[in-house]
Amino acid sequence: MNVSLVLVATCGVLVGTGVFLMLERSLTRVLVGLVLLSNGVNLGFMVSAGEPGEPPIYGSAPTADMADPLPQALVLTAIVITLGTTAFLLAMAHRSWQLHGHDEVQDDVEDASIRRLADADETSQGYDLDDRDQQGDHASARPEEDRG
Amino acid sequence: MTGLGVTALLPLPVLLSLLGAGAALMLSGRPTLQRWVSTSVLAAVVAIAATLLVVVDREGPQVLTLGGWSSTLGISLVADRLAALMLLVSSVVTLAVLVYSIGQGITDDDREAPVSIYHPTFLVLVAGVSNAFLSGDLFNLFVSFEMLLFASYVLLTLGGTTARVRAGTIYVVVNLVSSMLFLVSIAAVYSAVGTLNMAQVALRVGELPDGVSLVLQLLLLVTFSIKAAVFPLSLWLPDSYPTAPAPVTAVFAGLLTKVGVYAILRMQTLIFPDSDLTVLLLVAALLTMVIGALGAIAQSDIKRMLSFTLVSHIGYMIFGIALATTAGLSGAIFYVAHHITIQTALFLVVGLIETRAGSTSLLRLGGLARLSPLIAVLFFIPAMNLAGIPPMSGFLGKTGLLQAGLADGSALALVLVAAGVVTSLLTLYAVAKTWALAFWRSPEQAHDMTTSMIDPDSGTAAERHGDHVHMGPVTFGPRDLEAARALRADDDPDRDLHQLLLEDALPRRLPLLMTAPAAALVAVSLALSVVGGPFYGYTDRAAADLADRQPYLSAVLGEEAR
Repeated sequence: MNVSLVLVATCGVLVGTGVFLMLERSLTRVLVGLVLLSNGVNLGFMVSAGEPGEPPIYGSAPTADMADPLPQALVLTAIVITLGTTAFLLAMAHRSWQLHGHDEVQDDVEDASIRRLADADETSQGYDLDDRDQQGDHASARPEEDRG
Repeated sequence: MTGLGVTALLPLPVLLSLLGAGAALMLSGRPTLQRWVSTSVLAAVVAIAATLLVVVDREGPQVLTLGGWSSTLGISLVADRLAALMLLVSSVVTLAVLVYSIGQGITDDDREAPVSIYHPTFLVLVAGVSNAFLSGDLFNLFVSFEMLLFASYVLLTLGGTTARVRAGTIYVVVNLVSSMLFLVSIAAVYSAVGTLNMAQVALRVGELPDGVSLVLQLLLLVTFSIKAAVFPLSLWLPDSYPTAPAPVTAVFAGLLTKVGVYAILRMQTLIFPDSDLTVLLLVAALLTMVIGALGAIAQSDIKRMLSFTLVSHIGYMIFGIALATTAGLSGAIFYVAHHITIQTALFLVVGLIETRAGSTSLLRLGGLARLSPLIAVLFFIPAMNLAGIPPMSGFLGKTGLLQAGLADGSALALVLVAAGVVTSLLTLYAVAKTWALAFWRSPEQAHDMTTSMIDPDSGTAAERHGDHVHMGPVTFGPRDLEAARALRADDDPDRDLHQLLLEDALPRRLPLLMTAPAAALVAVSLALSVVGGPFYGYTDRAAADLADRQPYLSAVLGEEAR
């Protein structure tokens, strides 16, 4: 099977940039990454699925010369699904912006609590629970805020 | 064969759910009618699944090729013993969860969960799950995964609160990546064998060079392992599940990961029966079990604790699949069915706790056994079942798997048998800790303990040594201290159970529509124990079908499969 090198290279570049962008914290960049990645994957699907040929319309060309219609149908389905996902992610980015004023992915709860623990350990010498409680219930409970 | 009569049932679970979703959406202005539509649709799906199970067990796999194409061209729906069982268990569980969420919706007019969207989305989720179990085509499997994932994105972020958007972001992005991987694997499979019909793929993969088929297998395995939350691809789960509303978490925990397990099971037995990856799968199973259970012990919130045990017990199923013997597969199938009911029941009960006592944090709860004996019983039975206490179904499932491991006899399998026992013990420890703290101690003790964690000189019954607080046999570590402080800081310090009881600020009664489904699921799990023998007979037959492959292949491809 002959494969166009340009298409393969394009697919590689799209997937590469897509993955790179998905590693960002901003949801908008993740979204752009998703769009690039899915285009790359779809292109790869088309490239890997067989040689190009005549339009697969019955009677318009000898069957042997026709392109395989199935991958085109599959990729079309995948494109539609990606469209829906893109819309959903956009809505989430917008909601996140409404709530926080930015659209960055938050730390997960475990991660945040481990980081707070690490902060608490760092300051364990001067970290006196009694002192904190005298400052009042609410302010004392968050070590990193107090220090900052 | 009874002709078209039975095969005509095959698309109905998917079709009915989707039509029901459309109807429910149109009826969003009339909540009562909407509830009736969605409940009756799911009840019908349960009936269809039960019929299918009986027919399939008696007459062998049923196949329907959609649109009347020949089976190699069209999309086929296949129900064999495994698929029919999964369909039945999942539809029973979803029906229970739906009734529960109706009960919850009536009592607290919770603006965080708009009911008008909830019902249609839930039905789409059911359609996706059913389609995944019935699909005989890889791309159709992809589409059903997307259906159920989309519904789950919406359910997980219902209301768009801060916590749900945060958890939802991680969930959505992880699943997007896995969907892309799935698409890549499908492209690879199609270019390698020129078909996506799973039976045909199974026949042709054997003719491929070893390297190529190994790449295909690894691609599919990674994809499905992300869905099934197999360690190290499980880290997204304990963070994203607990924030959703209780019934949503329950149905996710019960079903979504099991769809991934089902896909792994199907792929390993049908497409790659002579697997080179037994060792890899066994190691993954080992790590999933032990790390999940250790994570569960460290949690101070019941929902998070249960999410970790969920991950941990996925390891048992992967263990059975990796062994690839009939006994191992049978144990895995039994365990999947057991675990779907038990995990969903537990999350529903946690929802009851949240409604009755206002929290799921172990730092706040106490005295639930006296406060609500019903919740205590409903929690205790599935919790002990989860840990594998005889004579319940968890014990039967684990025994089957451990016996299969012993029969295998390889060193790694024996290590896994040991790990299985240890995991069971660790699970028991985790649920016993929950029991001791949330149910056994009094609300005053709970209040004193949490107070003394923050203020060591408060002169309460708890002892404090350095970073730890002891009370009786229970120890809280520095992480719990941190959590206690965060609790106190985050909201009103008076909102722990002790104070709420003093103020009499809790609902006195639980709605019957919430307790009844939870009790029904607990009863189903007990029934699984009672009929353990015949049920094991069924899973043995299902596993024999899987190991043999011929029933499935000849049902789909006819005489072509030789």
